[in-house]
Amino acid sequence: MSVSKSNERLIQWTFALCGAVSIFVTLGIFAVLFWETFHFFQEVPLGAFLFGTKWTPLFVQKQFGILPLISGTLLIALIAMIIALPLGISIAIFLREYASSHLRRTLKPILEILAGIPTIVYGYFALLTVTPFLQKVIPELAGFNALSPGIVMGIMILPLSVSLSDDAIHAVPEHLRMGAYALGAKRLEVVFRVVLPAAMSGIVSAGILSISRAIGETMLVTIAAGMRPLLTLNPLGPVQTITAYIVQVSLGDTPTGTLEYSSIFAVATVLFLCTFFLNTIAQRLRQSFQHMYA
Amino acid sequence: MRKSADRLFIAGALAALGVALLTLSSLLVTVLFDGLSRIDMQFLTSFPSRKPEEAGILSSLVGSIYLTGLTALIAVPLGIGSAVYLEQYAKKNWFNLLMEINIGTLAGVPSIIYGLLGLGLFVRILHFDRSLLAGSCTLALLILPIVILASREAIRTVSHDLQHGAFALGATESQVIRRVVFPLALPGILTGVILALSRAIGETAPLIAIGALTYIAFLPDSLFAPFTALPIQIFNWVSRPQPAFHENAAAGIIILLVTTLLFNAAAILIRNSLYSRSARPS
Repeated sequence: MSVSKSNERLIQWTFALCGAVSIFVTLGIFAVLFWETFHFFQEVPLGAFLFGTKWTPLFVQKQFGILPLISGTLLIALIAMIIALPLGISIAIFLREYASSHLRRTLKPILEILAGIPTIVYGYFALLTVTPFLQKVIPELAGFNALSPGIVMGIMILPLSVSLSDDAIHAVPEHLRMGAYALGAKRLEVVFRVVLPAAMSGIVSAGILSISRAIGETMLVTIAAGMRPLLTLNPLGPVQTITAYIVQVSLGDTPTGTLEYSSIFAVATVLFLCTFFLNTIAQRLRQSFQHMYA
Repeated sequence: MRKSADRLFIAGALAALGVALLTLSSLLVTVLFDGLSRIDMQFLTSFPSRKPEEAGILSSLVGSIYLTGLTALIAVPLGIGSAVYLEQYAKKNWFNLLMEINIGTLAGVPSIIYGLLGLGLFVRILHFDRSLLAGSCTLALLILPIVILASREAIRTVSHDLQHGAFALGATESQVIRRVVFPLALPGILTGVILALSRAIGETAPLIAIGALTYIAFLPDSLFAPFTALPIQIFNWVSRPQPAFHENAAAGIIILLVTTLLFNAAAILIRNSLYSRSARPS
């Protein structure tokens, strides 16, 4: 045997160290975010941050109420969900329950191209193609608005929503379908009365993951939604999302140690906690779902 | 009655598919229409400029190539190493379970957060500044979970019989990994790595967060040189009001899309050759 036992140990430890890197990444994210956020809250009261309705960090009269950024983020995510979920679920049902396997094998890679396109490209498309097109239909639509990036984001996360819904539908055991058919149910009844209810927790999990993806999306909203933090649910005007604010500050030459600098970490902490929370729920739902039909 | 409901649903689903395909094709057509005429040798070999017709993507294209290469150098060994550890060595205990859950969580962290991690860790604490190295480290951490998940998937498909056979012949764990598991998992790992890198090429937000510059009129000559990247250059051009810059942005997008599509195509080819090989009767 050419490889000695201590060598084997060494190799195992090298692999384990590689594995430990991802733990350090998580610790690093926590440390960096919380450290700067801690500085931020030494100057801005938590209540004023969480419930304030004005976000004006670049003005002389600085106010740090995060609600306008939250409303902007949620508004765009909501529009994206209105597009991505119904389309995603119906495409998933169609591909799994109706389409021939040949058609499915052709269409899935094409849909995956949508997921492979960088988000900056979608930003270009939303700002310079979709917005001018929508302005012909809705004349009062502003050049920067929530509607256009919301719709484009819905299409962008469609592949994710299709593939997650497809996983959920695929996991429903065949014998449930067969039982329903044996009782005389027709295809659509099987889909809506048997498959969908059985796949529900998986589909809810798909929805939650899609929302999480939408609120973390950056370049598309930075380019097409504008930079105005307004507390509004009007999709026709400009808004600013949490991610777009981070980009806005990063583009300027903000010195370390200023309140502006630490404010991007404070809002990023909110974003991080939201996505972390959503992803955890989704993962739990998925596990309980897989467990159910294992 | 029931037949027509079926038909209605199929019509709805086809309409949904139509919306997706129409969006994809109009996106591609718009970009080609706006940018194709702008692509020539001058565009590929010029530095950015205040005059749109003289501007080019040389520094950003070279920056992106360096950035992607370095990112791969950092992320691929780490990712494959983690995957091997989790699949071949890790026993079922709380620490390894935590590691598994953690990787799943990291895969869902928005890319801009990785940018802030890079800003805090690589730019400020480690003083890499806004360098190529800081950018590559940031992107490497971003794609690490994708590389790990894909590599684990690939390693898991390697048959246990083969590994047990090798053990029975007296091979050690590391020999089994090197001689049996790794060669068989390689196509799957490669596919995952290529897809992860194609994601890295298009990433913009984390690079902006670490403060990558938008105007660079020289090529990076060391790991610590400032850099720009193709998506940053595109973003810079899109944000300007003049339509001539938008044409440049479209031309840059064509280059970016061709690159990512080539990467994706390579990944699909490798995956298909893998499937056809495993489908062959033995």
